[in-house]
Amino acid sequence: MNILVCISQVPDTTTKIAVGTDGKTIDKTGVKFILNPYDEFTIEEGLRLREKFGGTVTALTIGGESSKEILRTALAMGVDKAVFVKDEAKDDSYSIAVNIADVANSMSPDVIVVGRQSIDYDSFGMASMVGELLGMASISVVSSLSIEGTSVTAERDVEGGKEIVQASLPCVISAQKGLNDPRYPKLPDIMKAKSKPIEERASVVSTSRVQTLAMELPLSKRVGKILGDSDSDIAELVRLLHEEAKVI
Amino acid sequence: MSTIVVFLEAKGSEVKRSSLEAITAAQGIAGGGSVVGIIVGGTSANVEKTGEYGLHSCSIATHSLLNNYSLTAVAATVAQFAQSVGASNVIFPATVTGKELAPRVAIKLQAGFIPDCVALDVQNGSVIATRPVYSGKAKITVKITTDIGVYSLRPNVFTARTINGASPVQIKDFAPNLSNDDVKVTVSNIVRNEGTLDVSEADIIVSGGRGLKGPENYHLIESLGKVLGAAIGASRAVVDAGWRPHGEQVGQTGKTVSPNLYIACGISGAVQHLAGMSSSKVIVAINKDKDAPIFKVADYGIVGDVFDVLPKLTAKLTH
Ligand SMILES: Cc1cc2nc3c(=O)[nH]c(=O)nc-3n(C[C@H](O)[C@H](O)[C@H](O)COP(=O)(O)OP(=O)(O)OC[C@H]3O[C@@H](n4cnc5c(N)ncnc54)[C@H](O)[C@@H]3O)c2cc1C
Ligand SMILES: Nc1ncnc2c1ncn2[C@@H]1O[C@H](COP(=O)(O)O)[C@@H](O)[C@H]1O
Repeated sequence: MNILVCISQVPDTTTKIAVGTDGKTIDKTGVKFILNPYDEFTIEEGLRLREKFGGTVTALTIGGESSKEILRTALAMGVDKAVFVKDEAKDDSYSIAVNIADVANSMSPDVIVVGRQSIDYDSFGMASMVGELLGMASISVVSSLSIEGTSVTAERDVEGGKEIVQASLPCVISAQKGLNDPRYPKLPDIMKAKSKPIEERASVVSTSRVQTLAMELPLSKRVGKILGDSDSDIAELVRLLHEEAKVI
Repeated sequence: MSTIVVFLEAKGSEVKRSSLEAITAAQGIAGGGSVVGIIVGGTSANVEKTGEYGLHSCSIATHSLLNNYSLTAVAATVAQFAQSVGASNVIFPATVTGKELAPRVAIKLQAGFIPDCVALDVQNGSVIATRPVYSGKAKITVKITTDIGVYSLRPNVFTARTINGASPVQIKDFAPNLSNDDVKVTVSNIVRNEGTLDVSEADIIVSGGRGLKGPENYHLIESLGKVLGAAIGASRAVVDAGWRPHGEQVGQTGKTVSPNLYIACGISGAVQHLAGMSSSKVIVAINKDKDAPIFKVADYGIVGDVFDVLPKLTAKLTH
C-alpha cells in the first residue's frame, strides 16, 4: 500500500499570540513551533496501515525551512520517506491543497491521511479539498477506519452520533482523536532520523484565492461579575441569568 | 444583480436553525440581490418557513443518486445549482456536513473559500469575512479574490431574523445531472446517541471538569442540566480519564460550541478548552479557585465548591 501522510507545523498550543509588524500574521519571534497535534494521529495511522498491508509511508509538509523539523519527527516515528515543499504562504489552504495534490499525482497513493484540522488556521477542509482536486473519495473527522481489499469503512463523529461511511480506494481521510494512539519516537530513532534524506520539491505556484486584510486579537475581554457561594449569591446569579443576560 | 445561494439542512421536519442563520447572514451581504436556498434529498421539512427569513426561492434537489447521503454527489449538486443561478456567493452552515461539503464545492466552482466565519460584512462592494484563528486567540479579516466566494458560518453566532411582510418563498425543483462516478462516498448508517442532546446542537450546556472528582459525581451536572434542558459537556481531562464519552468533549480536540449559556463547573479553563467554548454568548464559571483562568472569560462566576454550589443552584432553578 502506498501511503501519503500530510503534516503541518504550528505554534505550540500554549503560545501567546502577538500580531506581527505586517498586521496580518503572527509575530514569530520566540514562538515555539511543534508538529500539529492532530498530525500525530495522521502519521500513526500511516504507520499502522503499513504494518497491516505492507508498502511505504511518505510524509509531506509544505512550509518554511524550519518545518523540516517535523519531517524528522515523522522519520523518527518510522515513515520511510520525507518530502519537503518550500512555501511560506501558510494562510491559504487552497495553495497547500494544490501542492499536496501535485505530490500525490507523482506517487499515486492508495491512501492519503491528513489531520482533522491544523491548530493554526483551523480550516478543517484539507481532506475535502485534496479529494476534490484529485477526483478521489474523502472522509473527514474519522475516528475509526477499516480497509478490506479496496473497500473502506469509516466512522465519523457527527452532531448527536456517528456516521458510518463507505468508500473505495484511493481515498483521503482526516484523522480525529480516537483513531489511534500515537507512538513516541525512541531516542535511537530520533538520532538516526537526523541523518536521513529529505526530498525537496518546488512549490507549484498557484494564485491565492483569499487575501488576509488584517489580524487582530479579540478585544472583547469579558468583564465578569464574580460572586461568592452563599445562598444569596446563588440567588443573585439566577436573577442575573434571568433578568440581565436573559438566557434562562 | 447578484444571487447568493444558501445550503440548507433539515433535521426531521424542521430546517435547522444554523441554516436560518445563514439566510439572515446572506441577506446582510445581498445588497439588492436575491438569496436562494438549495436543500438536497427527499426532504419532508417545512421549507415554507424559510420565506419568513427572506429566502426568495428554495430549490429541492432530487435524484435517485441522492437518496442516500453522498458527500461527492451532494457537492456536485450544489455546484451545479450555484452555476445554474449564476451565484456570486455560496454560504454553508459550518456544521459537520457543511464543513466537509463547502471546500469541495469551492474547488468545483474554482472559488475562494473561507471557513468558520463569525462575521460577514460588505466594504466597498466586497464581502469581508471575519474568522477566528489560533484556537480563537486571534481573528483575521479575509477577502476572497475570485469571482465566486464560498463561506461557512459558525453556528449560533449569527442571529436568524424573520422579516416583517416577507413574501412567501417560491418552492422549486432542481434536477442535478449526476452519474455513478459522482458517488464516491456514501453514508451507510447513522448511529444516534439515543436520548441525549448533543453539545453542538444545544442552547445551554452544562460542562464538568476534573473538579467533579469522579464519574460518580456527574449526577450533579446532569441534574442541573435537566432543569435547564441543557446538553452535558466535559473537559478533556474528564474524557481522557474515561468518566465521560468522547462525544461530550468541548475544546480544541472536541467540539466547538457557541450556546447562549455555557456553565463550566470545576473546569480550570485551559486554552484548549477555551478554544471550543469562548464564543458562547454567556459564560458562567463555578470553581473553587478564584484565580482559575476560566474566570477571565466568564460573564458570571461563582467562587465555590461544586459539591456545595451545584445542588443549591439546581434547587433554586427548580422553583
Ligand atoms: C493538543 C491538546 C489538545 C487539548 N484539547 C483539549 C480539549 O479539546 N478540551 C479540553 O477541555 N482540554 C483539552 N486539552 C487539555 C487541557 O490542556 C487541560 O488539561 C484540560 O482542559 C483540563 O481539564 P479540567 O479543567 O477538567 O482539569 P484541571 O485543569 O485539573 O482543572 C480542574 C479545576 O477544577 C477546580 N476544582 C477542583 N475541585 C473543585 C471543587 N470541589 N469545586 C470547584 N472547583 C474545583 C480546580 O480549581 C481546577 O481549576 C488539550 C491539551 C492539549 C495539549
Ligand atoms: N502546510 C501543510 N503541509 C502539509 N500538510 C498540511 C499543511 N497544512 C495543513 N496540512 C494538512 O491538513 C490538515 C488539516 O489542516 P487545515 O485544513 O489547515 O485545518 C492538517 O492536519 C495536515 O494534515
